[in-house]
Amino acid sequence: MSQKISPPDKPLTDRIRPEHAPFDVAEYERAGGYQALRRALRTMAPQEVVALVKDANLRGRGGAGFPTGVKWGLVPHGPDAPKHKYLIANGDEMEPGTFKDRLLLEGDPHQFIEAMIVAAYAIQADVGYLFLRGEYHLAAQRVQRAIEEARGRGYLGRNIKGSGFDFELHLHTSAGRYICGEETALISALEGKRAVPRAKPPFPTVAGLFGRPTVVNNVETLCNVPHIVNYGADWYRGLSRTDNGGTKLYGVSGRVCHPGAWELPMGSSAREIIDEHAGGMRAGLRLRGFLPGGASTDFLTAAQLDVAMDYDAVAKAGSRMGTGTIIVLDDQTSVVAMVRNLEHFFAQESCGWCTPCRDGIPWAEKVLDDLVHGRGRPGDLELLEQQTRLLGPGRTFCAHAPGAMEPLQSALQHWRGDFEAGIAPAAAAPAIAGPATPEAPRPLSEVLETTPMGPVGEGGR
Amino acid sequence: MSSKRATIHIDGQAHEVAAGRNLLEVALELGLDLPYFCWHPALGAVGACRQCAVTQYKDAQDPSGRVVMACMTPCGDGTRVATQDAASREMRQAVIEWLMTNHPHDCPVCAEGGNCHLQDMTVMTGQAYRRYRHAKRTHRNQDLGPFVAHEMNRCIACYRCVRYYRDYAGGEDLDVFGAHNNVFFGRAESGTLESHFAGNLVEVCPTGVFTDKPYGADYTRKWDLQQAPSLCNHCAVGCNTYPGERYGRIKRIENRYNEAVNGYFLCDRGRYGLAYSNEAGRPRQARGPQGPLRPAAAIERLAGLLDGRVAAVVGDRVSCESLYALRALLGAERVFRAAGPAQLALEDAQLQLLRVAPQVADLPRIENADCALLLGEDLLHSGARLGLALRQMTRQRGFAAAAQAHVPTWQDQSVRLVAQQQRSPLHIATPARTGLDEVAATQTRATPRELARLGWAIAHALDPQQPAPAALEPALQQVAERIAADLRAAQRPLLLTGAACAEPALYAATAAIAQALVACGAEAPAVAAVPAAANSVGRALFGGAGLQDLAAQVEAGRIDNLIVLEHDLAADLGEAGLQRWCEQLQKLVVFDALPGPTWEAATLALPVATIFEAEGTLVNYAGRAQRHFAVHPPAGDARASWIWLCGVAEARGQSLGPTLDALLQGLAEAEPALAGLRDAAPASDAGGLNAVPRQPHRYSGRTAMHAHQDMHEPRPPIDLDTALGYTMEGAQGPGRDTPPALRTAHWAPGWNSPQAINKFQQEIGGALRGGPAGCLLPLAEGSRAAAQTLGAGPPEAEDTLRLLPLPDLFADDALAGRSPAIQARQQGGAALRLHPRTAERLGLATASRVRIEVDGEQRERPLTLCADLAAQCVGANLARCGLPAAWAGRPVRLRAEGGA
Repeated sequence: MSQKISPPDKPLTDRIRPEHAPFDVAEYERAGGYQALRRALRTMAPQEVVALVKDANLRGRGGAGFPTGVKWGLVPHGPDAPKHKYLIANGDEMEPGTFKDRLLLEGDPHQFIEAMIVAAYAIQADVGYLFLRGEYHLAAQRVQRAIEEARGRGYLGRNIKGSGFDFELHLHTSAGRYICGEETALISALEGKRAVPRAKPPFPTVAGLFGRPTVVNNVETLCNVPHIVNYGADWYRGLSRTDNGGTKLYGVSGRVCHPGAWELPMGSSAREIIDEHAGGMRAGLRLRGFLPGGASTDFLTAAQLDVAMDYDAVAKAGSRMGTGTIIVLDDQTSVVAMVRNLEHFFAQESCGWCTPCRDGIPWAEKVLDDLVHGRGRPGDLELLEQQTRLLGPGRTFCAHAPGAMEPLQSALQHWRGDFEAGIAPAAAAPAIAGPATPEAPRPLSEVLETTPMGPVGEGGR
Repeated sequence: MSSKRATIHIDGQAHEVAAGRNLLEVALELGLDLPYFCWHPALGAVGACRQCAVTQYKDAQDPSGRVVMACMTPCGDGTRVATQDAASREMRQAVIEWLMTNHPHDCPVCAEGGNCHLQDMTVMTGQAYRRYRHAKRTHRNQDLGPFVAHEMNRCIACYRCVRYYRDYAGGEDLDVFGAHNNVFFGRAESGTLESHFAGNLVEVCPTGVFTDKPYGADYTRKWDLQQAPSLCNHCAVGCNTYPGERYGRIKRIENRYNEAVNGYFLCDRGRYGLAYSNEAGRPRQARGPQGPLRPAAAIERLAGLLDGRVAAVVGDRVSCESLYALRALLGAERVFRAAGPAQLALEDAQLQLLRVAPQVADLPRIENADCALLLGEDLLHSGARLGLALRQMTRQRGFAAAAQAHVPTWQDQSVRLVAQQQRSPLHIATPARTGLDEVAATQTRATPRELARLGWAIAHALDPQQPAPAALEPALQQVAERIAADLRAAQRPLLLTGAACAEPALYAATAAIAQALVACGAEAPAVAAVPAAANSVGRALFGGAGLQDLAAQVEAGRIDNLIVLEHDLAADLGEAGLQRWCEQLQKLVVFDALPGPTWEAATLALPVATIFEAEGTLVNYAGRAQRHFAVHPPAGDARASWIWLCGVAEARGQSLGPTLDALLQGLAEAEPALAGLRDAAPASDAGGLNAVPRQPHRYSGRTAMHAHQDMHEPRPPIDLDTALGYTMEGAQGPGRDTPPALRTAHWAPGWNSPQAINKFQQEIGGALRGGPAGCLLPLAEGSRAAAQTLGAGPPEAEDTLRLLPLPDLFADDALAGRSPAIQARQQGGAALRLHPRTAERLGLATASRVRIEVDGEQRERPLTLCADLAAQCVGANLARCGLPAAWAGRPVRLRAEGGA
């Protein structure tokens, strides 16, 4: 079994060789792969794996940052637990600017499969799914091939490695909706239904896929698990610069010199990520602000570049860590147009279930479009601000619309002047439509006097 | 579920309410106006529209609270909410503003206008100004068939239509397509909606996306419709309705909530079968041999005919008032029922079953049963509303599973998630496939007679005292044991059968199962059966011999004058047979609302009011007496049969009326057991000095609507028979304690759509304020009833082939079948159906047309093979195949066309 391997600094990407095919099962095994699975199956009770992951302080990398071990602990365990449980890997990576899960799945599919099996063992799930973004053709191909290799080696199927544990893993490629990243909508989609989120409670950990206990974890989250099993919770926490354990795949897009994704210690600063790893801004451009965790997070400004990129610090700075993939706004790009584009995306990707999201985001998008084209009206900014408030958490059925409002509300706050510039001078306002602000209804007498027919009841025959 | 109480605080006011229910329901019950769209009392809550936002506070110290959806928030002790605070009011107003971004604001040309929940909710939230200045999305509409018009641009995407049509009613051809603000509710392509309950979309839709198509073509605003509480007389369920009238025409029918009968929904036959009442060719004048007669002359002539050798024959929709008046005039022994021997046996079996049933299955008992046996009857055709209820019954196990997972019943999405495919056992044993088979635990196909034997086997399995059927097939025996086990284990077992198969043995078997369940110590079942017609039970209560006895007397020349009350004899006798009778008789007196061969043959014909123009009492399948009231007075000299007959009595110096109160009082005194018929609705003095207005208080054009005929304003008709008036004066609405049986509308200030019903219920989805409409006749004798003497018969000889009548919702009712909209739904089905094995045995496997012979009479008809049909029978919808009703259940011979 064990050739001792020294613990890596960058466990997630350690075996990824850019521009090369990923390790096949034999190469993966030679590189220490499937050791965590053997260790877990042979030496650990499922609950011990759960406890270990809790101890490692692994938090969900899909955006919400919910502690993974805690989520696993919510699944019914023990002899009275339902017979079937499901584990779903959320690989529906559709957040604009985000491409970290793709890197992991294309670069090291066996790491993902091993992670799935260990996680399934921990919650005693017998069936797993990878719910993969439909456009990730290469990832689909590589994962499918890896699944077959793993099955061939007895890592999947019945009685895995003589442990008595059964687990089957299926690849499901999405038909392509952003909302499928929301775990309950994902489950609906996987059941063949419309990708509409579900009411909670009951939570998926109790009644998820086909009504059975189900854990949905992000791909990156899961990929941490084998390493935690191999090297322990202390090691894992030690990888991080802050209290949130482990490493993190950070990405940068926008007009920087070298857009890309890197595995770095959790809590690396945004400045370090942008300046050192992405090579800083392109010549002649200055950074004006950035979305720290994908499109559905609040803008931070250049003054906040030193924020440590972890869940707590970014939240404290007024945004969310989200997926940890930064989108940079430079000084030559219109922030209004950028936000318009984002709201267009979110409006398109609303599932159409609840009113505020379905009809509110498109309205905001249309107002923004007017501002981009200099057709704005007095009152538009107040209207947008009202939308950001009314589409906030708790007002809508799921978190889609609140997320959509984050870049808008923060951009309005930081760069209000840019938006005001889109309001047309009063003289240029088109004459066909009514006033943009409510006015008191005119008295009936006044209406009648100005009616071409003359006042009703007079001047008859 | 639980009866625990909780004290909640709404806007600082403490209320004691049932714990665990959602805040929206509770607020509505408390009389508060809270707007909503996606919630529907029959569909539960899903939290989609976000319209019922309120602010919830953690405790009395919480200064700001948070906005939550009332429909998704359970009431617990100490729940503290505000509905009138700025935050929740702003949210509710914003939701309307969002919904309206794509709404066309076309109320002036929309058929929903004035009857529109969206209008009401918009006004309620105070959202009066449109800030949205951008383009609106548009959709292409679809042709959804003869019943429902489609205008998708008005859609506010509340998802109620698909939740009703698919999740509740089991339809599959209506769905939601697309996403974001481009969701489309319709079919994959234009085409007739397949559900038998599509018309309910009109009431379920909160705006004008789905509207009543025939009504739209003959349209009047709701506030101009005159209404009265009425009944559907197109089957025996007795759904309560609100027909609306203008200019002497019935324009539409809307559901009238009755918790015991029809709840929130009607079937399409009931909603769209009204056109016969508006036919131009309806007789309006009495007619003698020499031509038209004035009413007084007609009455005098009829009074003179009663002294001879006279008999009467009555139809199965005739009101109890008319039945009683006829008996009072002629004597019971001279009134015959227009029913052949089989129909007569079925009608009496129906009554017998009601007498022995431990409890009668009304709507809630059907919906709440946890195990059901449907023996013989295709309910979705013969008593459609009950079929819809039976579908709900299968959800009980899911509700129980949800309750275990602490998910309340009203949390629709989560209940379905927890329930998955778990269903309460519904056992369907019918001769042909039914629309409920897909949700059934077992589906058994056999001939009606064999199904009755299956029933006896179930009874025997429960209670060995019941006779076992001889030589039952092992497969049927196995099913019988499974069904018996499920029934025995049930908390709320349910047994259903009916007359559609024309097999009285099904009734006896059902009664035997009921008695066996009681005898074996299991829970007493709720029992129901669906007889042939709207007043079959009422007619059976009055009794009388059938057509066979009458025919013997007529043909023996022992009857001179025959009175036919609201029945087309030609349908039983054939036109030739009717002709023979006419030659035997001196006078044929016909009462009818519609012309037909019998009417034409009459020597004295009296025009009768339709159900929309008359008062009367009908007894439904469950023995519930219900009164219908005239929506408008009949034109010309037409009137209710009982009014004609009271006139005849008066001419003979006999006192029967003249008012409805007097007639019913006489009935109650003459037939004390049937006094419940009088109590079906309050008497004419129930309203005190003020009549209950039939017209809405916004009724317009009263003084001008007849000006093209007569400049003078006509005097309003005077109604001495009821507590109702042809007036718009007098209060309506929830503040007034009008008894439900007399309410002419469900309207409350700010609530102009059918959703106003919330204001009239003691509990949402429960009993009406003021007690139920109608009155259950005390028929049940329960276990005291005489034991069944009928045992299971032997199996039928293998070469016997019987004609199996297959019911059809749109073809079987002759009255409803006169509606063009209903006719448009009558496609196909004109062929005889045969199981392939039977066809093989008869050498008809390749025949496409056959000759069918019953009692020496022959017809040629097309033939199709159908594997989901019992062997040993020929299935046919008698109406669509054009076969005599009397052939139902008769032995037949089949030969290939041209065969000797």
